[in-house]
Amino acid sequence: MLHVSPPLAKTGIAKGEVLLDVENVSLRFGGVKAISDVSFDIRKGEVRAIIGPNGAGKTSMLNCINGFYFPQEGHITYKGMKRTRVRPHEAASSGIARTFQNVALFKGMTTLDNIMTGRTLKMNVGLFWQLLRFGPAMREEIEHRRKVEDIVDFLEIQAIRKIPVGKLPYGLQKRVELGRALAMEPELLLLDEPMAGMNLEEKEDMCRFILDVNQTFGTTIALIEHDMGVVMDLSDRVVVLEYGRKIADGTPEVVKADQKVIDAYLGVAH
Amino acid sequence: MSAVTSSAPKPLLSPAMMGAVKTLGIMAAITLTIVVLVQSGAMPKGSIGHNVLAAPFIDMWELPDLLVQTLWEGLVAGVLYALIALGFVLIFKASGVFNFAQGIMVVFSALTLVGSYEIMTQRMGLPTGTVVAILALIIAIATMFVLAWLVERIVLRPLVNQNEIIMLMATVGMTYFLIGFGEYIFGGSPKVMITKELGLPQGSTQFNILGGRVNIQHLDVAAAVIASVMIAGLAFFFQYTRIGRALRAVADSHKAALSVGISLNQIWVIVWFTAGVVALVTGIMWGARSDVSFALEIIALKALPVLILGGFTSVPGAIVGGLIIGIGEKMGEGYWGPLFGGGIETWLAYVIALGFLLFRPQGLFGEKIIERI
Repeated sequence: MLHVSPPLAKTGIAKGEVLLDVENVSLRFGGVKAISDVSFDIRKGEVRAIIGPNGAGKTSMLNCINGFYFPQEGHITYKGMKRTRVRPHEAASSGIARTFQNVALFKGMTTLDNIMTGRTLKMNVGLFWQLLRFGPAMREEIEHRRKVEDIVDFLEIQAIRKIPVGKLPYGLQKRVELGRALAMEPELLLLDEPMAGMNLEEKEDMCRFILDVNQTFGTTIALIEHDMGVVMDLSDRVVVLEYGRKIADGTPEVVKADQKVIDAYLGVAH
Repeated sequence: MSAVTSSAPKPLLSPAMMGAVKTLGIMAAITLTIVVLVQSGAMPKGSIGHNVLAAPFIDMWELPDLLVQTLWEGLVAGVLYALIALGFVLIFKASGVFNFAQGIMVVFSALTLVGSYEIMTQRMGLPTGTVVAILALIIAIATMFVLAWLVERIVLRPLVNQNEIIMLMATVGMTYFLIGFGEYIFGGSPKVMITKELGLPQGSTQFNILGGRVNIQHLDVAAAVIASVMIAGLAFFFQYTRIGRALRAVADSHKAALSVGISLNQIWVIVWFTAGVVALVTGIMWGARSDVSFALEIIALKALPVLILGGFTSVPGAIVGGLIIGIGEKMGEGYWGPLFGGGIETWLAYVIALGFLLFRPQGLFGEKIIERI
């Protein structure tokens, strides 16, 4: 491979340094402990997988990172700043984008419109010009539409640009959702089961896109996935949760050989 | 076009066309039956069948000027109904709240306009006229903005993600608060809308057409034009701008909207403010035709059949629904009203809506709810 200097992020965090640090995070819903005392970090430029059996607290973890939930204990440091009760749109404006387990798209809107919503934070022409849709508002619209077209090309979804996404098959919806997250030009991309419910071919496409995003744009990716083959192929490091606790953390090879992980997935004879 | 290329026989008409042809066919059959019944003497003049099925249409044919007049009045009423319904649809789409307070917002905004004009001209001694009227208009718009902001802060934010019925009750509460607050500030007596001062046209023009006279109020023309421009503008704004997209996004999925960095709080303020401005325009137009009083609040109830007809989530539905109700009401009152001793205008809209509900529970344009089991 050619030597490429690590891309410097806007914040000056170099490749390989800690981008997001989760420290002793606990999350409760009433008496139910969803996450207890979990710590791990995500480094700039890596693909980090979060795995574990159903109900292990993986999605809750993403929800904490992106501000849907506020953990009761512990804290999350992002880009060197300790965050307290960050709200979702603040997380978004600090460069965190995400997709959802059960596709959360704007079903009545077209593929293009859906991806355009990802540009919301990058657009800032005021209400006045927008009401007229003239001058600066029009220029801005064209400029961002161009970026969106790039993403459409990248994800190879040109043919469905003007179709309302509610009508698309599931696999394509997932791809549009990825496109919307990419339109935010995120530094940290959270993917919640990006390959769930896909057939082999769709999975292969999605893997290719995820690796491309990571390598061409240098985007840091944290993903939840159940397909072990995919996880082992894609990720640089893996964290394993079970019943809200962390049971293993390390490279795919290390995690694969860990007795606790094997027990969690295959069950133990008591 | 040569039909040799494909071996499969193509249908002559598309399914939509087939539907239209079918409907036309049924209508023609019904018309023919009535004509035959009347001509054969089976349905003599004065019988119930003749009064209901034949006489109104004979009237329409014989007095086309009256028909035009009725249609025009129905159109104007319809556009105004559409405007009220639009206020509901905006808020329902973006926040899933059925805003019971929309009616009182119409009254409150109109009262603010007239009230602040009165205060400025009578107590502060400013000269009457267009300048002060415009100033009052700006004050009214600003008040609607403050109201939207307060609603977001005090009502929506603490109640986010609550059950729909709780949100509905909150708007019922808001209604009574606004009635009390409005009466406290502006008093309970009806006020006259400052139509002339706002530069709205008055008087009427008579047209001699179709062997008769059609009378058109200038104010009605202005109302129809302003309402149409407003509806078209809003539809355009929703479709093609960033904020419009954000509004539609919030309507579709709250969590996805949040994840791309759309602030729900900001969107709610914008939506309630827009609904407030729509209410103000409705209040001006409606107030100019009668008085500005708390009785106006009940016109909001007229929006219900419009919403049932058009669907709660559709802007075009609000427009078409409004027109159907408006025209249907005036036609019903004019041609079939006498059979019931008049006054059917008050309930006909609901009957039309009920008829629609039987066949299309989701409304004309509403989203069909298909649940996967």
